[in-house]
Amino acid sequence: MARIGVFICHCGENISSTVDVVNVADEIAKIPGVVHSVDYKYMCSDPGQTLIIEAIKEHKLTGVIVGACSPRMHEGTFRKALEVAGLNPYMCEMANLREHCSWVHEKSQKTTNKAYDLVKMLVEKVKHNESLHSIKVPVTKTALVIGGGVAGIQASLDIANAGHNVFLIEREPSIGGHMSQLSETFPTLDCSQCILTPRMVEIAQHPNITLYTYSEVEKVEGFIGNFKVTIRKKAKSLDEKACTGCGLCITKCPNKKIPNEFEQGLGNRTAIYVPFPQAVPNKPVIDKINCTYYTKGKCKICEKVCPTKAIRFDQEDELVELQIGAIVLATGFDIKKTDFFPEYGYGKYKDIIDGLQFERLASASGPTAGAIRRPSDGKEPKTIVFLACAGSRDSAKGIPYCSKICCMYTAKHAMLYQHKVHDGKAYIFYMDIRAAGKNYDEFTRRAIEEDGANYIRGRVSRIYERNGKLIVVGADTLMGAVPVEIEADMVVLATAAISSKGSEDLAQKLHVSYDQYHFFAEAHPKLKPVETNTAGIMLAGACQSPKDIPESVSAASGAASKVIGLFSNSELSRDPLIAYVNKSAPPIFSTCVGCFICESVCPYNAIGHEEIKDRDGVIIKTIAYINPSLCQGCGTCVAICRTKSIDIHGYSNKQVYTEVISLLNDI
Amino acid sequence: MENFEPKIVAFVCNWCTYAGADLTGTSRIKYSANVKIIRFPCTGRIDFMLLLKAFANGADGIMVSGCHPNDCHYTSGNFHARRRWIVFRTLLDFLGIDTKRIVFSWVSAAEGVKWAEMVNNTVSEIIKLGPYKEYQEIAKEYLQNNEEDGNE
Amino acid sequence: MKIGFYPGCSLSGTAREYNESVVAIANAFQIELITISDWNCCGATAAHNINKILSLSLPARILALAEKDGLTEIVVPCAACYNRLASAKYHLEENEELKNEVTQTIELDYTGNVQIINVIQFIEKYILNKLEKKLEKTFLQKVACYYGCLLVRPNKVLSFDREEDPLLMDNVMKKLGADSIDWAFKTECCGAGFSVSQTETVARLSGKIIEDAVLRGAEAIIVACPMCHSNLDMRRKEINNYMNTKTDIPVIYITQAIGLAIGLSEKDLGIHRHFVPVNLKMETLTENKHIIENLVKTEE
Repeated sequence: MARIGVFICHCGENISSTVDVVNVADEIAKIPGVVHSVDYKYMCSDPGQTLIIEAIKEHKLTGVIVGACSPRMHEGTFRKALEVAGLNPYMCEMANLREHCSWVHEKSQKTTNKAYDLVKMLVEKVKHNESLHSIKVPVTKTALVIGGGVAGIQASLDIANAGHNVFLIEREPSIGGHMSQLSETFPTLDCSQCILTPRMVEIAQHPNITLYTYSEVEKVEGFIGNFKVTIRKKAKSLDEKACTGCGLCITKCPNKKIPNEFEQGLGNRTAIYVPFPQAVPNKPVIDKINCTYYTKGKCKICEKVCPTKAIRFDQEDELVELQIGAIVLATGFDIKKTDFFPEYGYGKYKDIIDGLQFERLASASGPTAGAIRRPSDGKEPKTIVFLACAGSRDSAKGIPYCSKICCMYTAKHAMLYQHKVHDGKAYIFYMDIRAAGKNYDEFTRRAIEEDGANYIRGRVSRIYERNGKLIVVGADTLMGAVPVEIEADMVVLATAAISSKGSEDLAQKLHVSYDQYHFFAEAHPKLKPVETNTAGIMLAGACQSPKDIPESVSAASGAASKVIGLFSNSELSRDPLIAYVNKSAPPIFSTCVGCFICESVCPYNAIGHEEIKDRDGVIIKTIAYINPSLCQGCGTCVAICRTKSIDIHGYSNKQVYTEVISLLNDI
Repeated sequence: MENFEPKIVAFVCNWCTYAGADLTGTSRIKYSANVKIIRFPCTGRIDFMLLLKAFANGADGIMVSGCHPNDCHYTSGNFHARRRWIVFRTLLDFLGIDTKRIVFSWVSAAEGVKWAEMVNNTVSEIIKLGPYKEYQEIAKEYLQNNEEDGNE
Repeated sequence: MKIGFYPGCSLSGTAREYNESVVAIANAFQIELITISDWNCCGATAAHNINKILSLSLPARILALAEKDGLTEIVVPCAACYNRLASAKYHLEENEELKNEVTQTIELDYTGNVQIINVIQFIEKYILNKLEKKLEKTFLQKVACYYGCLLVRPNKVLSFDREEDPLLMDNVMKKLGADSIDWAFKTECCGAGFSVSQTETVARLSGKIIEDAVLRGAEAIIVACPMCHSNLDMRRKEINNYMNTKTDIPVIYITQAIGLAIGLSEKDLGIHRHFVPVNLKMETLTENKHIIENLVKTEE
């Protein structure tokens, strides 16, 4: 038997000046099931809440309606009051008599009638409310960070320093990412590796961090707080424990002409290699695709010379299973290569290079020891033309977005070039100069005013080779679209930043959304930039959108804080207004027929399969299962279920149909 | 129709239109009292049989309103509602139900003014169309046989 | 076989040698060219600079007449006509309202189903695989294939070859024994219609094209557009004056090149009509051809 208590608030005069609240309370009292109906000046105040608490105890109320302001305001307040009184907090409903009634209508009987109708509707609804309790989800306090660039490194350190275990996996043989390939960074012109390598060492030495390099994510199962991740540790052909990193094998390897990925093709490496001297871990891997032994069965010199017998040609990939509570995606970005541009020669001109290749030339540890040299003949270029926006902001090329970092690094490249080649001339074709960060605009001004970089506003329609020079054909729009032709020794294209290779596959493995450019999707573009819609998976760095180093580091710390927040409790507490599939006694078990249309419409991947088995383990029926740790309570599955087998707490079919009927009729 | 006071039910989502209607309130913008709101977590929750239930119980008009496409709090609930509506409207039309009496809209949490306008426009349209007696007649037989049916 | 044919104005006038060579090789390969009845000017540059509906109606009328003639495919040797016809077809397909307006203007039925191909596509589709058997001479020279702009731009509408570095004409010339060079001005503008109003612009732009071709060792320039030909050939005096050079590199049409290679006379191909004399030494293939044929026979 329902025993409903109704409390109509005056809200000072906000409601009572337009709605006859006394009349409403009186009329509501007449509804069967209502045992207590009063009005009061300020329900949300302490005395107001006390009124409710005492009434619950005195009248043994089973449900409470507060006719007051919007539930978006005070639903929480009144739920807490119910809890204090010993009544389940979900037995409370609020009728919106202020924002939806008194504040928007004139004082009249019609308005009072509407207020009455709204309260009555909820009185009838609450008769069908159930006692609900917060859902508790256990949390494994171990994080997985995918990607060992600067964002992954920052996130790992933040989480590890907060006292939690971290697994950092990286698919290259060393962590460091693109930041380790840079020469100097803007706007300070700090040596990139100098500031990064101490962090890399910290990762290797941190007691809470386990580093798996040359490894990739194989499979991800589970959900927030309870992920089961399988990692594939690719065979390095090395016993890492035995290896001391002496490097003898590398010096003796006869296979020296393999294009070095780290050097972006400007230099070579051996088959057994470490990507760069400051690699972490500083232990080599064998490139099975190019190694003479693996391809032809001969050589094995590295094995012979290794003083600790660390080479293992028989090593296989290893699969490792990890129990993880939260995942941080920090897989970074890539850039388009010069062969993307038919108007610049389809990549056939050796002296047209991209921004990363220029970084390697400028880098003191690069293939030319920091000297700027033409890849074709090794000569020093006296004229370099830099093309900003190469491919970006161009719908015709399929890349309408801005790559964000190129204006800054192009200015930096021009400055570095001028510093190294005093009689060199740097020309930069640009559309705009985007230098919005701290000290960024001052930096680009320096390039122009102090280092003499020549900025030409216009685009380049064609580059071709003649007599050993590259003819760059562009326009100067600030001079009235005057055609400009420059005979350059070298051209650097600031090519578009794109998502890292394999992003789509990884996103699908993790059930994380991604956009048409394969950048991972944040949960909300403004308010949740470091989370995804997949609970427990955070985003850090350029894998979400092109970013510079300070932004990547900020995002990484942001993602880490989300993880640390998640780990601050042993259990997650969730709102119980979620959906569920009905279950009943055998032989029906459930009206669900297993069509799984609900599974396809859930934006949170909260719906899976549940096998109903008999005592011998034979499957009788496979039905839908809604994971209470993931369901956000939107109710889309409820509406779409054709057999009405799914219902939702708080907005159940019984409840909403009752609301419709009672709103329109006098029950 | 003298003194015809239409009964109009509005099915709205909590995150956008309900909040938008709250904003209309805090902005003190006045509109007609003929529309009463039922709160849902998302327009995706709205089973369109509810609309028929509303007509069966005497509604003269119905409003369904949620977040703008791409803004759904639950990402895609409003897309499902929209698709459902497109199919359902054709069916209703075929069945002879007056689809002019159902108004489908997107009102965001910031569009307090728009909500007031939507309500006022809908009310004046329904007043022009008059009370909705036809549905009761179509459903008479069913209603006679199945009273007080809360589900399905 | 038969195929629809739209000569356009220039082939009847200043580019009559282009017309002669197209007809000559069509005959040689037993292809009947069926001229569209009552065809009109396509509007060229003038129409689309003045009035949009006019610029679409003129080509649409041509296509509608082709449909009326029962032609499913037409070859359009002039690059400008090709571009205008293909553009009109594309825009009318994309925009129903425009299509209705144009159809009303031309007062003819228009379905937009006629296939439009340019002369290079024509050669590739119907002549290339039969070429080897008919080859009598080969070229010994390095040649620069000049496509100009109208054959490749806009790429979205025409979808013909690689827009920055097309290769189809080069392939044909290679089959004719020529060494088709890689050069930078394949699709650069020659100055187009400014031939009369701003001749100096043509002298400069066409001059650069010729300069690059000559610099890279080309001994002939091959074209597939009457405007390109006119600017590079007829305006040679102005070019030489402007550039202060005396270049005498000949410019011939791709169809003339094929004609020469299959042994047709220079007169039939209209070679004598060019301003810059064409003296291209060719190697007669007869003996080699027999040897190759015998080799093929023994292998079979």
